[in-house]
Amino acid sequence: MFRKIAITTVSALAFSMGAAQAAGNGEVHDVAFSFEGPFGKYDQFQLQRGLQVFTEVCSGCHGLKQVPIRTLADPGGPQLPADQVRAYAASLDDVELPGGESRPREWTDKFPSRSGDGMGPDLSLMAKGRAGFSGPYGTGINQMFRGMGGPEYIVSILTGYTGEEIEEAGSIFYENHAFPGGKIAMSPPLSDEQVDYADGHPNSLHHMAEDVSAFLMWAAEPKMMARKQAGFVAVTFLVLLSVLLYLSNKKLWAGTKGKKFTA
Amino acid sequence: MAGIPHDHYEPGSGAEKWLHKRLPVVSLVYDTLMIPTPKNLNWMWIWGIVLAFCLVLQIVTGIVLAMHYTPHVDMAFASIEHIMRDVNGGHMLRYLHANGGSLFFFAVYCHIFRGLYYGSYKAPREVTWIIGMLIYLAMMATAFMGYVLPWGQMSFWGATVITGLFGAIPGVGPTIQEWLLGGPAVDNATLNRFFSLHYLLPFVIAALVAVHIWAFHTTGNGNPTGVEVRRSSKEEAQKDTVPFWPYFVIKDLFALAVILAIFFAVVGFMPNYLGHPDNYTEANPLVTPVHIVPEWYFLPFYAILRAFTSEVWVVQWANMLSFGIIDAKFFGVLAMFGAIVVMFLVPWLDTSSVRSGRYRPMFKWWFALLVIDFVVLMWCGAMPAEEPYATISLIASAYWFAYFLIILPLLGVIEKPLPQPATIEEDFKAHYPHAAE
Repeated sequence: MFRKIAITTVSALAFSMGAAQAAGNGEVHDVAFSFEGPFGKYDQFQLQRGLQVFTEVCSGCHGLKQVPIRTLADPGGPQLPADQVRAYAASLDDVELPGGESRPREWTDKFPSRSGDGMGPDLSLMAKGRAGFSGPYGTGINQMFRGMGGPEYIVSILTGYTGEEIEEAGSIFYENHAFPGGKIAMSPPLSDEQVDYADGHPNSLHHMAEDVSAFLMWAAEPKMMARKQAGFVAVTFLVLLSVLLYLSNKKLWAGTKGKKFTA
Repeated sequence: MAGIPHDHYEPGSGAEKWLHKRLPVVSLVYDTLMIPTPKNLNWMWIWGIVLAFCLVLQIVTGIVLAMHYTPHVDMAFASIEHIMRDVNGGHMLRYLHANGGSLFFFAVYCHIFRGLYYGSYKAPREVTWIIGMLIYLAMMATAFMGYVLPWGQMSFWGATVITGLFGAIPGVGPTIQEWLLGGPAVDNATLNRFFSLHYLLPFVIAALVAVHIWAFHTTGNGNPTGVEVRRSSKEEAQKDTVPFWPYFVIKDLFALAVILAIFFAVVGFMPNYLGHPDNYTEANPLVTPVHIVPEWYFLPFYAILRAFTSEVWVVQWANMLSFGIIDAKFFGVLAMFGAIVVMFLVPWLDTSSVRSGRYRPMFKWWFALLVIDFVVLMWCGAMPAEEPYATISLIASAYWFAYFLIILPLLGVIEKPLPQPATIEEDFKAHYPHAAE
């Protein structure tokens, strides 16, 4: 009886919390990203394309101030060669020093931040700071397989423009079905074939949106692959340990319970 | 102590005798581990070891995290990202610590409801129960302050809402709130003291845990039948019990390994599942989140807090009878703390002489309803404060109080309990007919 209640409680908990905590009421569509699920991995080349989109398009108005540039060379990320990363760092805005001086950006620095009039929010953690999924997507442990919907939210924003402009109190807003409230201050940032990929990958709006969202997921969670690997190793060893302890326990109690131990 | 009769430690070698005369520490460990434990304990008696593990996990990961964390409003958020990106294994440490808190609360709720079903709080174990409740309170304070430390949006606004509860106390409230915060609003002083207390309280919990264990080692463990171990002789006691080591150590470790396998799956594969996405946005006092939602383990009490609005007649009556001193906000605060106070009082509210819910045919159903009620409250706490959740919260809150204040006292009088086994041995033999004598 009690066990049944306990099990019901556990499952009710697991299934209610996800739904409860999902936020946002815009339309967000699921995207089958390569990094979802316990075995999902970042696609190194997609992250590199996403970096290109971010650099050529987003970085004009959005910072990435929490992300050290050197991590572009880290395993489990875009994994660019070190000399390319150094050259990339030098191509970014100079670092402002106290007293009005500045110096070239090094790869040990972080990405530039953006603030001020007309600038957008920092994107370092955007992919974890938004839960795109509400309703049936977010209601349970299927988050383990589909994620929280952060990158999907970004894809949906980038592709969710209707082309309508709304004027309100002297400001122009752009209608966007993915954004909570239906209108967003950011003008449509991406259009078909805006960025030319060096590897000749298709550069439709949707492709570019997915690539940059994957890159931003990496920017928000750079150690994801290491974490999943650690999780996999831990679960494997704990399952083995459980089996051994189960058998030990059975043997230990066999005498007391008057059962024959066969294993 | 006047516990269950059993063999005690006898120092053998000269060195042991020498130490035993000066500090009987080996004896303490021996008697603690070899304590006679009812042999019919079921799987709901494993949560203690899970909880002990959680406390150690949280303290160890927490101490290392504190080496890299900066408790300052301008640097706290960035220092968390530093831990996540630059510190070796920092991302695992932080996710273990954050999800470790959830495992801690999951286990403590299982442990508490186990106690409520099997009457673990009844004489002579009231002190164990009350110390347990104090541990639970300290856990809530620790978890709440820990959630403020990353200095995200939910950290900031959660701290603002919860400290605001103290501001609702008539008269002295605003002064108390300012004293708690160290200023007129949540700011650097608040973050610093919360960090300090978040580091202190786990050690207070550790001390309370020692007393909790001391208390039930004095009375002996409860068990699913609620029938006490026979104590007239060692031989009789041995028919009802087995020593804690190795029987329950191995059993509990097996349960712990299974639970940890699930825990590590969550940490490894969906570590942000139980967190709130808004906490990945740095705290901003000028932007209020659309929904301020506490962590899942606070949701039932958050629902009770919000259930009593000024439209509820009980609140209106209280307001009128107190000449306006008790407004809806203060009533909500009283209800929330009251919901915990009734748990403290349960040893005296439950009038039944039968301990275990197993032999209480009516109690069983009211208890099952209480578990459902708890889950419903948790769900309501996560929902926006609007209909139908407001009405559901109110009904569910009413049941929470009714269970403790009306149903438990009445059941003891009107319920006809089922026959209980005479001894633990009898119960054990009913499950295992071939059990050895």
